Order: sequence, then structure tokens, then C-alpha cells
Amino acid sequence: MGWVQRLRNTFSGLEHDFDEERRFHLDERTDEYVRSGMGHVEARRAALRLFGNATLVTEQTRDVDLFRWIDDLGRDTRYALRMLRRSPGFSLLAILCLTLGIGANAAVFSWIEGILLRPFPLVVDQNRLFAVTGSNRAFSGNTDVSWPDWLDLQRNSRLVEAFIGEKITGSPLTIGDRSERVSGSMVSANYFDAIGVRPMLGRGFEPGEDVGRNAHPVTVISYQMWQGRFHGDSDIIGKTQVLSGLPHTIVGVAPEGFYGTFVGYAFQFWVPASMQTQFDAGVYKLEDRSARWIEGFVRLKPGVTIEQAQAELSAIAARLEADYPETNRGRGVKLFPLWQTPFNNAGALLPTLSIALVVVLSVLLIACANVGNLLLVRAFARQQEMTIRLSVGAGRSRLVKQLMTEGLILSAIAAVGGLVVANWLRDAVGLLTPPRGGVLLRLPGTLDWRVLALSAGVCIFSTLLFGLVPAMLTSNIDLAGALRSQSGSVVGARSRAWVRSTLVLVQMSLSFVLLVGAGLLIESLQAVRSASPGFSTQDVLTTGVDLYTSGYDSQRAKNFQDELIDRLQAIGGVQSAAFSRMTPFSYRSYSTAAIAVDGYDAPRDQQPTADYNEIGPEFLATMGIPLVSGREFTRADSETAPLVAVVDETMAAQFWRGMDPVGRRVQVKGRWMQVVGVAHNVKYRNLFETPKPFFYVPLRQNFSPTTALQLRTTQGPAVFAPSLVREIHALDANVAPSELITMREQVDRTTAAQRISVTILVVFGGLAVVLAAIGLYGVMASTVSQSSRELALRMALGARASDLLRLVLSKGLALTAVGFVLGLVAALQTTRLLGYLLYQVSPRDPVAFGSAFGVLVVASFVACAVPAWRATRTDPLRALRG
Amino acid sequence: MLLRRQRKQDALQGTLDLLVLTTLSRGPHHGYGIAADIQSISGDVLRVEEGSLYPALHRMEHLGWITAAWKTTTNKRRARIYTLTRAGQKRLEAEQAQWDRLTKAVGKILRFA
Repeated sequence: MGWVQRLRNTFSGLEHDFDEERRFHLDERTDEYVRSGMGHVEARRAALRLFGNATLVTEQTRDVDLFRWIDDLGRDTRYALRMLRRSPGFSLLAILCLTLGIGANAAVFSWIEGILLRPFPLVVDQNRLFAVTGSNRAFSGNTDVSWPDWLDLQRNSRLVEAFIGEKITGSPLTIGDRSERVSGSMVSANYFDAIGVRPMLGRGFEPGEDVGRNAHPVTVISYQMWQGRFHGDSDIIGKTQVLSGLPHTIVGVAPEGFYGTFVGYAFQFWVPASMQTQFDAGVYKLEDRSARWIEGFVRLKPGVTIEQAQAELSAIAARLEADYPETNRGRGVKLFPLWQTPFNNAGALLPTLSIALVVVLSVLLIACANVGNLLLVRAFARQQEMTIRLSVGAGRSRLVKQLMTEGLILSAIAAVGGLVVANWLRDAVGLLTPPRGGVLLRLPGTLDWRVLALSAGVCIFSTLLFGLVPAMLTSNIDLAGALRSQSGSVVGARSRAWVRSTLVLVQMSLSFVLLVGAGLLIESLQAVRSASPGFSTQDVLTTGVDLYTSGYDSQRAKNFQDELIDRLQAIGGVQSAAFSRMTPFSYRSYSTAAIAVDGYDAPRDQQPTADYNEIGPEFLATMGIPLVSGREFTRADSETAPLVAVVDETMAAQFWRGMDPVGRRVQVKGRWMQVVGVAHNVKYRNLFETPKPFFYVPLRQNFSPTTALQLRTTQGPAVFAPSLVREIHALDANVAPSELITMREQVDRTTAAQRISVTILVVFGGLAVVLAAIGLYGVMASTVSQSSRELALRMALGARASDLLRLVLSKGLALTAVGFVLGLVAALQTTRLLGYLLYQVSPRDPVAFGSAFGVLVVASFVACAVPAWRATRTDPLRALRG
Repeated sequence: MLLRRQRKQDALQGTLDLLVLTTLSRGPHHGYGIAADIQSISGDVLRVEEGSLYPALHRMEHLGWITAAWKTTTNKRRARIYTLTRAGQKRLEAEQAQWDRLTKAVGKILRFA
């Protein structure tokens, strides 16, 4: 007999068959007894007696192999669905709790999958991809890698299959008469081959296209750009597109769904690394070992571990250090798993997403505790049913299986709902992240089979969690005892009450921890919001003016800049205006230089370096950065004047050891400069950085035609933008400024991680409290209804309503108090895990702990008040008589 | 679960299978008939309990040793008739050989003792 037949047997209503078979057997037996002389009725009874317990035989007859299990499952499922439909209130509440719990988990799983684990759609073998950065022995943190070093690593490594070098870049793109900025990437020529992505039209880059200064103006454009800008033109290959001021030949179109390899952005174009000069405003870095700009990945050969590859690359870096001491002293390379990539948004979001994971797991636990509580209440109500089923011969394990099936159906329905919730929440991280100009952000959740499998796992796990305890308690029914008592007090009720209180305690303490976390992060966000980066965030606007891509040479660019400053300062309400190569808190990188100072000897294995900004006259005044001593640059510090620099306090303290550096000199990239001023320390990149030496040089003496423009004015960006465009167009109608924003906005964009974690923790913390309050309410309500006799007796003996109120409230609040103590202990241990997300807030901040306590007390008071009020309405006569 | 319950009721599970298969090797039969045959042929020495017989029949059906079909008997009742399959035939031969070996061995010991 084949499997098909066996399966058909399983589903063909075997029980019905067996009833008929049994009837036949009994009929035959009865006939036999009648033939031997018994009366008909007597014969029937004897036959029945001989056959024994019909139910048990039925059960055993069906209990034949694995297929019985399937049969049971179908039967249990039908039964469970019937039971769930019969108490829709219970079912809806349980499903709602679980949907929120499972949905929150699935959403966070999808974020972790889409942002951290497999962030690059269409890229093959992402498990063998690792991010590469440079390291510097002089300070912790990471740097980029220079192009010559990158090529040397590639030439000498035997464990790495492919070196995928790239650097995020951007280009203005004119659409009609306005200009917007799109992001793209400069990549090594092997890029598309190495990541295994084939352009859908044309080709990727060919070997050698990343060699030579601006030698290969070719580009692969994204599918969106092809659709949006070229309307899906099928003859696109060979046409040109101006990128960063230079026409590039379009050689390929990337396939739909490929967004590049940078977590956070959807790239619109790729150019070979040879075009670096064009995209860096004329600075040539391809042969400069001190210019560190490559942010790349390596794909390891199969079977190679990250440790082995790290050891090999470190050895190569050590050889480079020996060969090129003046640029590479103290420099190494470091590998990171993709999810720890420091140079894109993966590293920034890692702590946020870890916290989110812990939070949603807690929410799931709380939801499970709630459903477990609900099931216990129902198990109590179904005691009678279970007792009867047991006494007519159902196996205890069958009862457990039945209850587990009910639980599984609940969580399966909830899992489907949860996936719908997760699908809604997929883009939440992206939506919470502030936009940057016209750049396309991309922080998607991915609901792939791994996420689905994990969610299914969560679903089964939670079923076990909330279903097993009630099932065990139910199957332990003492038959004799349960049958004797008609209803109400049943053996096992005591242990059940104990279990339920424990569940509420767990909920209370978990919600307390989440509330404390939410409170701390809210405080941290407030501290971040009000934190001063050291420069003015009020009344300062910033924008970008890119003359390089507009085709200006240095001299024309200088004239344009001077004239624009004059025009802007002539506008009423503008106090000052200044150019600089970089605006603080930009996502671009500052220039870095090796420096030397008279009388300062660096440790032998270190090369002192510092970042610097190229600034125009009055930049420090415009930004509101105070001078400690000396002066800032003026127009007199021109290209013909002596070279000068302004250093910050950290640099002064490190290299001049407390003496005033004004009047002394510093060597930058081999050129000696006179220090003319000391500027106050400020934050340069983000609010969380630790102070490192920093200095300023005049833009005129270190010229760049691509600049940021800062304006000190009380007008808002929306009000001022037309004046700015008018003044620029008066000089050249072809130049368009980029987005005009306040410095406050510029700073806020760097605190996205804080805002996302606060939002997540506040939303889920609130959810947790609501769920826990529901749990407490459930326990208190059933306690009150179960002890109505006791309450009635107290009333009859003279207790007043206020006494009963106090009795019930104190019982409920006692649970809260114990939960609070447990939660306090847990919170004191865990809040420091918030790490860098806590900005100037102690992980044991009393305000956060106090407010969490307050919220918890209020919530449990509300949860207890209704049952307590109901207790006072007990009618002693009816309760005692009933 | 299955094992524990049946061990309690019928220590010689294999023996029951052997008896049922042997009975069926002489031709298709319904459950009641199988029980009656075993009882009469053994001269009332062996009595098969219904509580063991039907689970055994259904188990062997699932294992593919026997098939079952609803037929009308001579006295116009619908009965479930079991038939030995080829797999069942093989099984029967194996069980028989096993049984022969067992009885021989037991016989030797009895003679020896």
C-alpha cells in the first residue's frame, strides 16, 4: 500500500469507519450469544462488556503511527477553531497581544536583515564580504585607505578573492532650471564583476579604467536614473551625462533593485576611481599615499576566516609601514563584518537596532505573559470540560496536545497579522531618518525567507512559552477531586493563582526596565537637542556652492567668491558671510595632513596628523567660534601673503604644551605656516566625538572651488533662499546653490540614531506598559470575581466599601511593588548597555527611574481601580446565596 | 506512548500479528471472523481481545501488510474485510521463520533441562 493510500486513510474519517466496524463486530457477537441461548438484550450487553472501553479502543485503533498525529492535528485544529470562535473576546485580545509582539519582532528582524546582515540587494556571497578601513596607532577610530596602499594590499594578498574599492561621492544634476544633488560612487574597475552584478544594459567597467588621472570619463547609471531621467531609453548606451561638471559616456545601466554598496543611500551612478580628481574638485589623490579616501570591501576566498585575512593584511600593512615611513608610520588596516561597517550607516545604526531587538523581545515576553494569563483564566473555565474528557478516556497527552494546538493557532493567526505589521513598518527606519537634500535615502527592512523562518520560530517559541504552563496545569487535574466538587474551588487553583501572579511580576519588571530605557533616551535626546557643538546653531545658515562642476578655473572662482560675499553682506539682515571648504557636521571628510612642530618630538612609531578646514575671512565670526588668542584670517591672507594657520585649543595643548602658539610655526604637508590665532574647541563632525587636534588654513592659500557657504542672519532659510539665488544668478545664471538649511538642522541630521532609538523605545515602552496593565487588570478582575464570597462575607460582617477598595487595591499594588523592585535591579544592571546613545545622561539617572516608577504606579492603579470598584459593588446577599 | 500502552495489554504483540496474518493467509476475512477463527482453531485456548485486535488490524493496514474493503456479508451486514498483501505475505514468512526458531530454541532448552 502506497503513501497516497495511507494518507487517504488518514483523512478519510477513520473514526466513522471504526464505529461501523465495531457495530458489525458487536452484531456478530450478539448473534453468537443469541444462538447459544441468551436473550437478545442480555446478549447485547455481554457483547458490549466483552468489547470493553469503546473510546479507548477507538483511540488505540487510531493510535497506529505517525499518520494518527496528522489526523489528530486536523481534528484538534477544527476543534480549536470552534473553541476560539466561541469566545471571540478572548481570541481577539490574545491575537492582538501576540500580533503586536510578533509583528514588532518581525519588523526588527527585517531591519536587521535589510540594513545590517544582507544590506546589498543582488550582491552575491555577502557572507564572505568584509569592510576594510585604515587604523592609526596614535588614536582609536578608523580612517580610510589610500589608493596606492589599496593597490599594494591587493597585489600582495593571497587570501582575498577580490578587493572592492569605492568612495561615496555626489554630483549636481540639473533638472530643468533647478539643480539637485545625487549620490554615486567612485569604484575600482573590478567593481561590478567582483560583486557579481551584471548591468542590464551595456557593460560594467573594464580592467584599467581605474588607471590614469581623469582618463576614463565613463559611467554606469542606476535603473532609477535610467527610468526617471532618460525615460527608459533603450539606446542609452553611448550617450553622455554631465557628472561633476564633465560629460561622462554612459556605458551601462545597473539592474533594477541594485542600489550600490553603501548602507543608507541609493546610488544613482558609478564612475571608475580614475575620475577621482574630477569629483574631488581637482585634488589628485591616486598617487598620494597620505590621501586616505577609499572605503572598500574585500571578498575572502571560500573557507578563509576573518582572523586569517586580518593577519595577512596586517602583515602587508606592516611591510608598507617599513617601506613608506613618512606616510604610513603607525598605520594599519582593519576588517569588519558588514554589520559593523564603520563608514556607512550600518555602524551608526548597530546599537540602535540591537536595542530595538532587546526591546521587542521584552515586548514579546510581556505579550506572551498576557496570553498565558488569558489561557489560564480560560483553562479554569474549561476545567469541567477537561475533567469530563479525561474521565471518558482521553489521554492526558492528548489534552496537552489539544491545548497546544489552540495556542499554536492563536500565534499562527497572530504571526500572519504580525507579518502585515512588519510589512508596514519596513521603511520606518528610513522614514525616521532625516532627509539630506535630494539624496535618495534607503534603509529598508527585508522580509526574506530567513526573516519569515525566524518569525515562525518566534511564533512557536511564544506558543511554548504561553501555552505550556496552562496545559501542564490542566493535565494535572485531580480527577476524583475535580469531579466531586461541582464548580468553583478546584484543586490546582492555588498553584494557578501563583503562576498568574508570577507572570504579572515578570511583566511589571520588564515594563519598568523598558520605561527606564525610554526615559533615559528621551533625556539623552533632549541633551543632544540642547547641546552646543561650540559654534552657533541659531542664526547661521549653510549651503553649498560648487563652482568646479560649473567649469570655473581657480582665478574665476576666487573672483566669484569675493563678489558673492560682498553682495551678500550688502543685503540687510546679513551680518556676515564666509566660504569654507567644509561645513561642520557634513558627511564629507575634512582634509588631513601630517604635521610637525618645532620642539615637539612624536613617538618614533607615530606620525602626528591633524584634520583641518580651509576657511575664508570671517568664517570663525560667522560661525560664532570664539578666538582664545590672536586673530582670524582676513582678505589680506591671500595667496601672495605669508602662509598662516589658526589652531584649536586641543592642538595648542598637545603640541605647544601650554605655551601660546601665536607667532610660532607649524609644518603642514611640508609647508611651514605661521600660527596667527587659537580658536575655541568645537565639535567638528558630530556631537559625540572626542577632542582631537584640529586647525584652520585660509581658503585662498589652499584653494578649492567647491565650497560651503555660511551666512549669519536672523532670517530663516525659506525666507532667505530667494535672495541667495538672486545674488548668485546675478553673477552667473548657471550656478545653483545646494539646499539652504540652518546649522541646527545640519547638527540634527547627525543625531538620527538617537532619534530612531528614542522613537522605538518610547513606542514599544508604551506598548509594554499597556500590555502589562492589561495583564494586571486581568489578574485583579478574576481575583475579585473568584473571591466574591469572601468579599460578600466581609461586607456582611460590617466592612465598608472603602475597606474593600483598600483591600483590593493594596493586593494589586503589592504586585506592582514587587515587580518594581525586580525591575529596578534589572534596570540598574542593564541601562549602561545603551552605550553611546546616552549623551550626557547617567545610566542611573534618578529622573528617568523616578518617572518610570510614576508611570508604572499610575498604570497599575488604573488597572486595579476597576476591579476594586467592582468589589465594592458586591451584593452580599446574592453572592452568599449563590 | 503507543508502545507503552500496548505492552501492558499484550506482551506478545508479535504473536498476535503472526496469528492474524496466518488466519488471513487462508483467505480474506472480517475482524470478528478473524477473532472467531483463532479461538476455534486453537480449541478455545487462544482468545483475542477486541481491544488488541482492532488496533493491530489498523496498524498492519497502515504498514501495508493487509488491505481492507467494505463488503456485504451473507447475512446482509456491511463488514470490513481484510486481505493479505504481498508485503504481508513476506512478513508472514519472516514471522513464521522467527517463530519456528524461537519454539525450537525453547524446545531445546526444555529438553535439556
